[in-house]
Amino acid sequence: MTKTPVQFRLNGMAAATFADPGANLLDVMRRGLGDLSAKYGCGQGTCGACTVLIDGRPRLACLTLAEEVEGRDVQSPGGIAGEALHPLQEAFMEHFAAQCGYCTPGMIAAAKALLDRNPRPDRDEVIEALSGNICRCTGYEPIVEAVLTAAARLSGSNVAGGWR
Amino acid sequence: MTSIEFRKDLFADERDDDLNEIGKPTRRQDILGHVTGRTRFYDDHLFEGLLHMRAVRCPHHHARIRSMDLSAVESAPGVVRVLTARDVPVNLNTLLSLMDFGKDDEEVLSTSVCRFRGEAVAAVIAESEAAARAAVALARIEWEPLPHVLDVYAALEPDAPQVNPAYPGNAFEYHDRYDHQKLRFGDFDKAVREAAHLVEGRYGISPIEQAPVETCGAIAAPETSERYVCHTSTQGLFFSLGTAAKITGLPSSRLHFIGGTVGGGFGGKVDSMHEPLAVLGAMKTGRPVKYMWDREEEMQVGAPRGGETWEITDAVAADGRILGRRFRGFFDSGAYTRLSSYAVIKSVGHLPGPYTIPNVSADVYCVFTHRTPATAMRGFGITGVDFAMECHMDKVAEAVGLDPVELRILNAYRDGDMKAHRRLAKNCALVESCQVAAAKAGWPISAEAASQSSMLGGGEGWRADIPALTATDADGRIGARLGGATPAGGFGGGFDGASASRPSSSAAPTPGSGPAAAPGAASAPPPYPSGGTPAYTAGGTPAYAAGGTPAYAAGGTPAYAAGGTPAYASSGTPAYPSGGAPSSAPASPAGGSPRHSPWPSFATPPEASPSRAPAPPPASAATERPGPPPGAHPTPATGATPDAPAANPSGAAPGASSPDVHRPDAPFTRGVRRPGARPFTSGTRRR
Repeated sequence: MTKTPVQFRLNGMAAATFADPGANLLDVMRRGLGDLSAKYGCGQGTCGACTVLIDGRPRLACLTLAEEVEGRDVQSPGGIAGEALHPLQEAFMEHFAAQCGYCTPGMIAAAKALLDRNPRPDRDEVIEALSGNICRCTGYEPIVEAVLTAAARLSGSNVAGGWR
Repeated sequence: MTSIEFRKDLFADERDDDLNEIGKPTRRQDILGHVTGRTRFYDDHLFEGLLHMRAVRCPHHHARIRSMDLSAVESAPGVVRVLTARDVPVNLNTLLSLMDFGKDDEEVLSTSVCRFRGEAVAAVIAESEAAARAAVALARIEWEPLPHVLDVYAALEPDAPQVNPAYPGNAFEYHDRYDHQKLRFGDFDKAVREAAHLVEGRYGISPIEQAPVETCGAIAAPETSERYVCHTSTQGLFFSLGTAAKITGLPSSRLHFIGGTVGGGFGGKVDSMHEPLAVLGAMKTGRPVKYMWDREEEMQVGAPRGGETWEITDAVAADGRILGRRFRGFFDSGAYTRLSSYAVIKSVGHLPGPYTIPNVSADVYCVFTHRTPATAMRGFGITGVDFAMECHMDKVAEAVGLDPVELRILNAYRDGDMKAHRRLAKNCALVESCQVAAAKAGWPISAEAASQSSMLGGGEGWRADIPALTATDADGRIGARLGGATPAGGFGGGFDGASASRPSSSAAPTPGSGPAAAPGAASAPPPYPSGGTPAYTAGGTPAYAAGGTPAYAAGGTPAYAAGGTPAYASSGTPAYPSGGAPSSAPASPAGGSPRHSPWPSFATPPEASPSRAPAPPPASAATERPGPPPGAHPTPATGATPDAPAANPSGAAPGASSPDVHRPDAPFTRGVRRPGARPFTSGTRRR
């Protein structure tokens, strides 16, 4: 089977690998490059567990051909924390916004895409932005609260969020 | 019992009870890994040379394998090995065999007949998931579709297709003898005679897939120490280890299982379907093998919460007190047992819910159909029947014209009440829960209801007694099997015994049969076998003959309230509302004694609303009416079952033989009293 070379930036670093024809970005990231932070949940674009940011936009890695990201900038959930945790991650921890944790990386990636684009979303916009991410145990309420809290902190005000 | 006993008091001697975390927010210890994506789930372990396993599955609900040609699969690109039943050292298993419960009834890889859609017949191991998937499509299998049954009632018909050869009657057999679990408390038929209303209903829940976001799976790999490591999504690590050891034939010391980080389970990850095959794959190839369901398999093949059907009949006094409650329950286990047999036991122990009802009767079946095998899910065995009972409570409230919240408060357990499984209720809180819920919802309740308490009004007089008419043997258990032997003839007696009719799939619950059948069966004196003295007297003290051997012997029709007049005699049958609309059947009693306050004074037995004069017999035989008493099966039990407890696993009657003696060398079992602990009344004592 002829493999295709793919080069892109993953979390700010140059990444290169060989992908099977038709291989999706999720498999290439996980098995090819060893970045395991995006998860497989359905393989058909319905659960959002594999959400990553491609050029800053939320995309489903299971539905993205590896070859499509050639030369582009990919951020995985594992690359969202810099030297310190991202405010979203802090807020998820405070709000108990994870239980089993399997959907959490995708949730945080989707939420980060929202906040990068819209620093002060209202509740409805948060819900809309997370509508493609399924959680089966936490319940969505703490997650929405966490995103609102992070938004408030990022934009320098503490109006929304906080402990319920 | 005037004060609440807390668990922490009971276990005060074995815990450090500073409760420093209560009342303030805290962080999960594992949440840093979750938010940074560093938590390692089973699939987050990388192995060089990882192989991927996928199963060849049956596309039919029920089909025989006429021929299977896997040569194209074996020679497909990337395929390393194909496993079939021949490769599985121990191919037949049942989950609870680890606890010596139930018969091995399920093949790991099917040999000849598949009994649910998606059952695996072969496992393909290939270099990539895509290669495995492509190879699976090359399997050439000639299927002979067989008749299937997907409904519990239909499955219990005499001519139903046989689902599982281990259980030819399509019902799980408890202790190799009993085709259902049975609970008897008091005398339901007496309650019917005394009731002002009979309220009947049937309720059901469909199967529910747990649908965790992480699909089930396992990765196994050879270790250099001749062990196999297995990373798994399981919720029951040692369960999976034991099952894998049994199926692969390896000693468990050669299995190194790693789990505990589960991407959502909800009960659906206890079935140990993946680990044995992944380990076997690693054994056969010498390489790491991953066996993971995709989403479609998770939904189609993954074991759901099983469907349940419940028929409930309540005998209710004019003032709303529930005098008797009868259940017939049917758990849809799917094609194999898995954990449904246990769900039924759990369920029967839960009846009749959080209410003090002096007469309870239940027959609950674990039924095999050609559906996906069912397994655990969050409170399985309890939530389905709770749904049924609470719907029914509303129906009862409507029938008697009582506020539904007040009806619940009226009938709620109080501390010290005897529950149907012969344990005293304690730490009851339903009354208070109802009061708080009503207050929060702005739902007005009467001053009487608002002044009730779980700590008052129970535990004295009849509420703390096992009803006199309860059929028990010398060990405090219920008598012989009522349903007949098994399968073939087992259900022949009908659920109520009087007629040969069994519930049919289309018919609404039609307990019993026509009037013609009932009286004979019900009133015939139980033919006790020689040597067996009739066990039950009206006083309820079992009088056993010969050395205290319980009387039930071969051929003995189970006696139920031998001295008591069987219910449902043709003349006394309360008209039953067909269609199940809330019934305010034959308007109750005679001039209705002024509605005396139903609220618990409870020191006296529930004087059932002034004896209900026998209503005239139903106008026509077609009128739906309750069947004969559950004890009146004409089908003789086969096989002598001298000590045959038919059902409820509860132990001896309270007060009898309490293991007060502390034996430090004996293993701790739940419910056993330890010195210094206060009386512990609600635990189960295991036998």
